[in-house]
Amino acid sequence: MPPLVEARNLTKSFGDFVAVDAIEFAIEPGEVFGFLGPNGAGKTSTMRMIGCVSPRTGGDLRILGMDPEHDGAAIRGRLGVVPQEDNLDTELSVWDNMIVYGRYFGLPRALIRERAAELLEFVQLADRRDSRVDPLSGGMKRRLTIARALVNEPELVILDEPTTGLDPQARHLLWERLYRLKRNGVTQVLTTHYMDEAEQLCDRLVVMDGGRIVAHGSPRSLIEEHVTREVVEVRFGLDLEPAEVAAGLGRRGERIEALSERVLVYTDDGDATARAVEADAIPGSSVLVRRASLEDVFLTLTGRSLED
Amino acid sequence: MAVPVMLRVVEREALVFRRLWRGIVFTQFVQPVLYLAAMGVGLGALVDANSGSVDGLSYLDFVAPALLVASAMQLATAESLWPVLAGVIWMRFYHGTAATPIRPGEIFCGFVVWIGVRTAMSAVIFLVVAACVGAVSSAWGVAAIGAAVLTAAAFAAPVAGYSIRQETDLAFPLVMRLGVLPLFLFSGTFFPVSQLPSALQPIAYCSPLWHGIELARGATTGDIAALAALGHVAFLLAVVGAGAWWGARGFNRRLCP
Repeated sequence: MPPLVEARNLTKSFGDFVAVDAIEFAIEPGEVFGFLGPNGAGKTSTMRMIGCVSPRTGGDLRILGMDPEHDGAAIRGRLGVVPQEDNLDTELSVWDNMIVYGRYFGLPRALIRERAAELLEFVQLADRRDSRVDPLSGGMKRRLTIARALVNEPELVILDEPTTGLDPQARHLLWERLYRLKRNGVTQVLTTHYMDEAEQLCDRLVVMDGGRIVAHGSPRSLIEEHVTREVVEVRFGLDLEPAEVAAGLGRRGERIEALSERVLVYTDDGDATARAVEADAIPGSSVLVRRASLEDVFLTLTGRSLED
Repeated sequence: MAVPVMLRVVEREALVFRRLWRGIVFTQFVQPVLYLAAMGVGLGALVDANSGSVDGLSYLDFVAPALLVASAMQLATAESLWPVLAGVIWMRFYHGTAATPIRPGEIFCGFVVWIGVRTAMSAVIFLVVAACVGAVSSAWGVAAIGAAVLTAAAFAAPVAGYSIRQETDLAFPLVMRLGVLPLFLFSGTFFPVSQLPSALQPIAYCSPLWHGIELARGATTGDIAALAALGHVAFLLAVVGAGAWWGARGFNRRLCP
């Protein structure tokens, strides 16, 4: 099967500012494809181009085999969009949000009612169907937005920062729903600046920074390719300079990274390295071993943390 | 294809209206009738007792069609200011709509059509009341609904085009006070434009409200030359057309940057 989305040299500028700088990627049917990167990396601009609500400045973009420049409306009819900022219709009830949205896709009312009932069940909002939108919690609103995005049975669901601003419980509930969607064969493309979200949900992802793609692969292959298996985190007293601590640890790992309040030691044998670091007896220090994550991949590739 | 797609936006507006009509009923339906009672019946008795007639009409006959069209203008303008900014900035539901097969230009057109529908609803009620107090002397009076709808569109299209380009509503009260209010008072609504200082008369003739009022007055009195009526319609259509072009462009740039 051909890719659902294919981008070559895809570029988006606003005046002099280049938001997306000649990126290439392909999204295959059935996969969950992620864009991981800090705020301002160009993720949302890319999502908006895929969602056909922002014309590209340059390069080539095919979605479902069509060109958004000419077939935007036809493509949008087969997409489901969960935007970063909620844009539910707050003048309507939960139920009417579903009905009106279905009508936007030109679906017959009877079919929309059938799907709306199923989808509200799916996102666990069936008991709130007559509620207004405003009193819903952030997690409920996001789940309603997801239900709304599925009303046209989309072939591709676009999720822009789906869990940003949600509490941990609401996030896990949402992840579980997205996982179910994936099991049902729905292709998803999502952006996130949470590395745990990317690891949990994505089959493949690209790491974006400053409008460019700096790495791509599965979460596991990215970690294997760019960082060691384990990381030893060293925290220490406020009176010590991270750079000095890092210099002192020079021989302890394959690579040392000094952050603002801790030092990371990349190593394939975490326990041995941790013992060696503890033996150095850095004043006021605590040592912790963990598996390397996508956060470390990002740090290694860009020299910056995702939260910056 | 474009027409039915746009009607889905009208459907949404109608659904919201069905939920909220109780809160809207006063400004939309009762207020114009109160104006008719105060100006047409109350003040009109005084005017008629002192001057006999205005342009050969009783004051009630003169002012009733003007109030119909003027309230259409006020409704259309107010609805095209704050609610449009709510759709794009405060509540953001325009963005939700733009993610579906509906194009920004269709969101805009559906909005203007809906303003026309609402205007038609209040115009019918107003005309029935006006007819009951004897302010409609011709069967052509029904055409005044068309004049009100056309005038409403002539304001809704450019004003919505203006609103979609704004970041805040700071200037909106000024639009109402410095734009709508003077038009309301001086577009041949309460007295003929010929009574304005001659330097100001050409300005009044540029007012879409004046054209709408002349058209509606011609309809309710049954006394208007075909060519004049055609001229007023053409003027209003030109304003609607220019406003629609500019408005659709604004919606497209704002929602699909």
